[in-house]
Amino acid sequence: MTATLDGAAQSTEISLAQAVNRALRDAMTADEKVVVFGEDVGVLGGVFRVTDGLTRDFGENRCFDTPLAEAGIMGTAIGMAMYGYRPVVEMQFDAFSYPAFEQIASHLAKMRNRTRGALPLPVVVRVPYGGGIGGVEHHSDSSEGYFVATPGLHVVTPATVSDAYTLLRAAIESDDPVIFMEPKRLYWSKDVLDTDAPAIGQAAVRRQGADATLIAYGPTVQTALEAAEAGAAEGFDLEVVDLRSIVPFDDATVTASVRKTGRAVVIHEAAGFGGTGAEIAARVSERCFHWLEAPVRRVTGFDIPYPPPKLERHHLPSVDRILDAVASLQWEDR
Amino acid sequence: MTVLATPDKTGSGFPLGFDAILDPSPLQYLDEHGALSGALRDDAPELDPKELLATWRAMVIGRRFDVQATTMVRQGRLAVYPSSFGQEACEIGAILALRPTDWFFPTYRDCVSMVTRGIDPVETLTLLRGDWHCGYDPQRWRTAPQTTPLATQAPHATGVGLAAKLAGDDTVALAFCGDGGTSEGDFHEALNFAAVYQAPAIFFVQNNQYAISVPLAKQTHAAALAHKAVGYGMAGVRVDGNDVIAVRRVVAEAAERARRGEGPTLIEAVTYRMQAHTNADDATRYRDESEVEYWQARDPLARLEIYLRAAGLLTDDVVAEANQAAEELAADMRARLGEEPEVDHRDLFRHVYAQPTPQLLEQAAALQAELDAESDAERDAGNEAAR
Repeated sequence: MTATLDGAAQSTEISLAQAVNRALRDAMTADEKVVVFGEDVGVLGGVFRVTDGLTRDFGENRCFDTPLAEAGIMGTAIGMAMYGYRPVVEMQFDAFSYPAFEQIASHLAKMRNRTRGALPLPVVVRVPYGGGIGGVEHHSDSSEGYFVATPGLHVVTPATVSDAYTLLRAAIESDDPVIFMEPKRLYWSKDVLDTDAPAIGQAAVRRQGADATLIAYGPTVQTALEAAEAGAAEGFDLEVVDLRSIVPFDDATVTASVRKTGRAVVIHEAAGFGGTGAEIAARVSERCFHWLEAPVRRVTGFDIPYPPPKLERHHLPSVDRILDAVASLQWEDR
Repeated sequence: MTVLATPDKTGSGFPLGFDAILDPSPLQYLDEHGALSGALRDDAPELDPKELLATWRAMVIGRRFDVQATTMVRQGRLAVYPSSFGQEACEIGAILALRPTDWFFPTYRDCVSMVTRGIDPVETLTLLRGDWHCGYDPQRWRTAPQTTPLATQAPHATGVGLAAKLAGDDTVALAFCGDGGTSEGDFHEALNFAAVYQAPAIFFVQNNQYAISVPLAKQTHAAALAHKAVGYGMAGVRVDGNDVIAVRRVVAEAAERARRGEGPTLIEAVTYRMQAHTNADDATRYRDESEVEYWQARDPLARLEIYLRAAGLLTDDVVAEANQAAEELAADMRARLGEEPEVDHRDLFRHVYAQPTPQLLEQAAALQAELDAESDAERDAGNEAAR
């Protein structure tokens, strides 16, 4: 992967939203078959300004607004991919992707398999997700579980500015459909862009530690890192694994970390019951049972519809809740 | 290619009266008695005999395919077969009006149209035999896999049309769907998108009066499905779906409009599902035999034959040749579909992703180990028995 960044830009901090924009821009420059469309992504530049300037710079044939209809957006993208395009579509908010779910589950995820590889669908579905922005009920969902449970999709979620760029470039270059979950609460977080990053399917150890592994992705990686920092003051040396992609899942990195530390806490915003964390906890238990000093714990959202803004702080995994979980990991045996 | 000289009957400038769709009577060239209908009687159209005979021949072969497939499902050689018997004017007329470079989006009931496109009958029936989800190469035939979730293929046709337009190609995309499918949200979104983007797409609704057991009256309160075109701001036309000359002409005209950049067309073809929904359905539970008899008298193949015989085009030699070709196709189907297909369990994992995930590689290995253990056990049991 090559980024079209000059030296000056490389030392400047940009926001995660700007990193996504730059990835789209560079992908559109590199391949004329890359097209971007969705609701308000054109002249407005998207409600989060992620597609800012793309219509202006690439023209309406490359970045365009659609009618308000997510199944139509998804179905049109599938047809365009059948014809050789590489559509990158935006679902304006997590919960707005649900009308597109039939197209995603019945066709996007299955077409390659259905046709024995004759009709691959290189489509990227960008989904701004997660809470913590004071949004209303349908603007704060963590919907990754639906996609993770659908074979045929890759499900990728960046937690850093650099991953927002590199993972999206990789997603667009992938010949498989990728659900690209953007943690909207991190859109305004800033960092220097580093384009040298591992491929889709590789997790990253964001912080080394010896006592327990915090396994997180997307919006909760930052929370996990803060918890690890706070935990150090309490005498816990915590490792933080950022999954980066949920499908494919990096069993190797997760297993190696937990076997090293002997304890694990899985963290996500989505409801715990039947959630992605349940799968991760099961995989860790299956692979690390003889290395575990304590049961794998989960810190997730409650099993409730997304709460209103004034109550969401009770719902979201917090530093304290993570540290409480860590503290419960049977340290008395140590 | 001239199938018909199409005089302007509406005075609108559109030869097919696209702007006259509020009249729900379907466009027809050939009535149920095989005579040129309406005003065309006094204004004899110019017909291309070769074209007409080729269309008729394809209908003879298509019907034989359908009958053979229905027989084979009874014999257990196919898992299921949704028949399109009696809908040949739609299945064949629409396909023959397309170019090989156009894209076609069939539903589960459209095997006859796929065979007409040239797809091998066994590859066509792979889905319904159950050895894979799609048996042919969609890129080669520019034919998408048959769709089971209703109308979900319609936005794909919009997407192909939009892509072709952006690429500057003169490709047209045609999606079939049924009257029931028009109630789906995807149908609406596909047509709206196609109209907004003026995509070269044709939405061909085979209104065969039933969605399994539910009649059209419970599907829509509209006088005609073609009227929906008005709401999308696109061309729409209602055609006699048992008149292959009309169907072929209407689709050809819609395709030409699309190629000229004049956008999508909604076609409602009024026809009838002569058989039950599938072999697993019992149509006597929801409709009278008298209704079926009414439509039997409007058979698309019979009326074309009457016309062609009266015109002196359908000689005994021509009939004999077509029947022989149809019987050869049926014999080929019996022979090849009579064999148990080879399936490979490794295919379960091969095509889910471009590169299998580590988890799929593990699962593939686990299945292989299971099967190896089974065959070892069978071999040991065999050796035991031999002793």
